[in-house]
Amino acid sequence: MSIKSIFFNIPAKRKLKVLKEYIYLLKKNKLTFTALIIILSLVVIAIISPIIAPFPYHIYGEINPQDKLLQPSRVYLFGTDEMGRDLFSRVLYGTRISLLASLIAVVMGLLIGVPLGLMAGYYSGFIDEIIMRIVDMFLSFPPLLLAMAIAAFLGPSLQNAILALIIAWWPWYTRLIRGQVVSIKEKEFVRAANAIGTPSWQIMYKHILPNCISPVIVQASMDLGGIILTLAALSFLGLGAQSPTSEWGLMLTTSRKYFLNAWWYSIFPGIAIFITVLSFNLLGDGLREILDPKTKKY
Amino acid sequence: MLNFITRRVFLSIFSLFGVILITFMLVRVIPSDPASQWAGGRVTPEQAEVARKELGLDKPIYIQFGYYIRDLLKGNLGYSLMTHQPVIKELKRRFPATLELVLFSCFFALIIGLPLGLLSAKAKNSWIDHFGRFFSIGAVSIPSFWSALVLQLIFFSILKILPYGGQLSTKVILFQDVPHVTGFMFLDSLITGNFAILKDFLKHLILPAICVGAYTIGLVARMTRSALLEILSEDYIKAARSYGLTERLILYSYALKNSLGPTTTVVTLAMGYALMNTFLVESIFSWPGIGKYVANAVTCLDYPAIIGITILGACAYIILNLITDIIISLDPRVKL
Repeated sequence: MSIKSIFFNIPAKRKLKVLKEYIYLLKKNKLTFTALIIILSLVVIAIISPIIAPFPYHIYGEINPQDKLLQPSRVYLFGTDEMGRDLFSRVLYGTRISLLASLIAVVMGLLIGVPLGLMAGYYSGFIDEIIMRIVDMFLSFPPLLLAMAIAAFLGPSLQNAILALIIAWWPWYTRLIRGQVVSIKEKEFVRAANAIGTPSWQIMYKHILPNCISPVIVQASMDLGGIILTLAALSFLGLGAQSPTSEWGLMLTTSRKYFLNAWWYSIFPGIAIFITVLSFNLLGDGLREILDPKTKKY
Repeated sequence: MLNFITRRVFLSIFSLFGVILITFMLVRVIPSDPASQWAGGRVTPEQAEVARKELGLDKPIYIQFGYYIRDLLKGNLGYSLMTHQPVIKELKRRFPATLELVLFSCFFALIIGLPLGLLSAKAKNSWIDHFGRFFSIGAVSIPSFWSALVLQLIFFSILKILPYGGQLSTKVILFQDVPHVTGFMFLDSLITGNFAILKDFLKHLILPAICVGAYTIGLVARMTRSALLEILSEDYIKAARSYGLTERLILYSYALKNSLGPTTTVVTLAMGYALMNTFLVESIFSWPGIGKYVANAVTCLDYPAIIGITILGACAYIILNLITDIIISLDPRVKL
């Protein structure tokens, strides 16, 4: 049984069995499992960050000038920034912004890209041609460059940066799905479904989509990291979150003025980005091995 | 084969058209008032009208698109709002510095990534392989703008062995005759035989090149590993083994050569990524290239400059993709 069977109309007990098998495989792959644990803890941190942050008001831009640029100490675990705000609280809260933003961007990208890819692959001919030519236009740009240009024209803000990321990212999913669909649609089970008169949308979503879900899962997990990195890059250029938002890329760009005298200001937000992106990439890499029947090891 | 290349070139021209169309939509569709921006700040309706005529904004949209293409074909990317200089001129002036950075970073990526991938594939599932995997995934996960700050902190602030930024030290610029032949500092100093400048330049180059190249190192290592592993499981390798050839001979002269195809592909594509990374890193190292210009343009929302860079970057990306595909098609095993 492979991962796609959790989409099938089978008893919950058997679905659970499939899931258990994959959890077992994950546990065996130690690096991937560690990455998964880190991601889960990051999600928890993102949810409860305002509660556990030692200085919750510092998250929202309250300033505290008498404590500016203090070294890491027992009171301020990661030190303070130029406004005297506690960096530990701000980095914690940054988790929420980054995870939520990249989740929104990936989900929206999938919602736009997957149906278009299914249609392009399934209905070849005219529809395929139109959709793929539009996709090709978007793919002519390096993704960061397109996101940067769109974000600049929409005006610098976090929402616009996320919108720009969605516009730059969906075509990759369309191309990925289309490639899968083209290779699957000539298989017997699709032709059989067609022969007994199953409506096209049902064939697409019930028979084809579950069979090309593995590469999408892998890609999406890598992209969750990639988008966090790109969003931080946009913020670093001044096109993403605006002050006083506790966003990692923004913290890094402000820290540039001070970091030679205040190393902690640049180090901690950067480590946060690095660990988060690394975990998603490791997870994606591990999932690729586990979900691919050729490399799956028991 | 020739047929394939012609088709591929046509496809690139189409991509170029796509780039032009999308950038045109960015300029025209997104609600902003280019006319009043052109005239500068607060304007009377009459002035705005004049500016609109000057920019051709009073014409129907398809004629505007025609003008836009005509300007681009002439190499006219408009005037920067910051400096009031033609964007194309500024980009041309800064291009050599960026190209040098990209090429050097890809060179680093090759000399580190290739051996790493080779070692990983040779000792599959050993600790070297696990380390290689972790290292290369780490390298693609590290934000280049952060590693730039960290390296500056270590090598400039703490160890004091490498300069903070710039392309040459102030001392060298002031007291030495800096050659200007091709615009490429490395070539210029080599041609004129000025090794003091060359040394100074390389010292300034190393940190930015590492930051820009980190991503490429990871990609090259991963790609070399997987390409080699695939080839090592081929029949002709088994045959070579059964003849009793040494493992060394098999690896270096039978497998490695065939795995270079995919690696070249990755290197050309990674150059596209490296170009993007220079956008983030150059301003940190005050490297006088396009990246620094981008950072400034984005901060001041200098739209003509942003569009100019977008078109240039996309063109570079399209050309790199074209070269990649042609290299692949040169491989006799690929059926077209």
